[in-house]
Amino acid sequence: MIARLKAFGAFWYDFIVGDDWRVAVFVVAALAVTFAVSKSSVPAWWILPAAVVLVLPWSLWRARRKR
Amino acid sequence: MTGTGGALFAAVFLACAVEAVEALTIVLAAGTARGWRSAGQGVVSALIVLAAIVAVLGPALTAIPLGALRLIVGALLLVFGLQWLRKAVLRASGHKDLHDEDAIFDRELAAAREAQAERRWVVTDWYAYTLSFKGVLLEGLEVAFIAITFGGNQHDVPLAAVAALAAIAVVTLVGLAIKAPLSRVPENTLKFVVGVMLTSFGMFWGAQGADAHWPGDDAALLVIAPVVALFALGLVAVLRQSAPPRETAVVPASAALRMEES
Repeated sequence: MIARLKAFGAFWYDFIVGDDWRVAVFVVAALAVTFAVSKSSVPAWWILPAAVVLVLPWSLWRARRKR
Repeated sequence: MTGTGGALFAAVFLACAVEAVEALTIVLAAGTARGWRSAGQGVVSALIVLAAIVAVLGPALTAIPLGALRLIVGALLLVFGLQWLRKAVLRASGHKDLHDEDAIFDRELAAAREAQAERRWVVTDWYAYTLSFKGVLLEGLEVAFIAITFGGNQHDVPLAAVAALAAIAVVTLVGLAIKAPLSRVPENTLKFVVGVMLTSFGMFWGAQGADAHWPGDDAALLVIAPVVALFALGLVAVLRQSAPPRETAVVPASAALRMEES
């Protein structure tokens, strides 16, 4: 039973998060910052694009280094 | 159909076509090596389970307030999309092996031919049944996830469902006609495009869900997607400079994404 639960959890982790958990953490953090900034008078739409510009090359660089 | 409606249809259609090609390869291997009856039973069983999942999750999503739905779905799509895009960029730049349906078909076929036959309940060949069932269910889950989240968020589940079913129908009909894996489908290119669209929709809805306002509202999506595509292509070009040598013929950088067609 435990093994099946673990396999179920591992499937969903792999399905959503994939090879690099840091990307998921970065996205959640960027959404939190977007929410916080949106409550001020400063525009917040640019935060997620900026996060993608940072996290995608970072993740690719890590993947390339691992090979 | 509006601009975002068209983008929704295209994103769901392409994503579902890619998953359908992968499922078809597995079912063809099971059917060819072991027999079509049990493989077909596996497909039907998986479709029933998928229909039940969609029937439960679809209405449940529509009950969530739109802001919260966009935040959750945007985050999921962005993480999911970046995962696709990451793999697509690594493949296109030569840092990861290309997805090869012919090789996968041969591997599955060899494994299926070696396995012992076993009868359970009404299934005459349990191996063929489970191989087909797992293949369709796992690839189908991605189809269901994309169709439900895109449709629910855009308040157009019927359009997303039509796009998903159209993609599955096209791939199935072509697969049945040629009875071979669809290796001519530019799968790696499609995965790149789907990664761009998932990432773009994820950013758009995620920011909206977090109370940010895009300049130009919905029209911003028509700018975001091309910019993400250009950015990803730029990363491909940069990474190709440090790619390990491939066994296949050298392909010009401009044709990197069409590599599997050459």
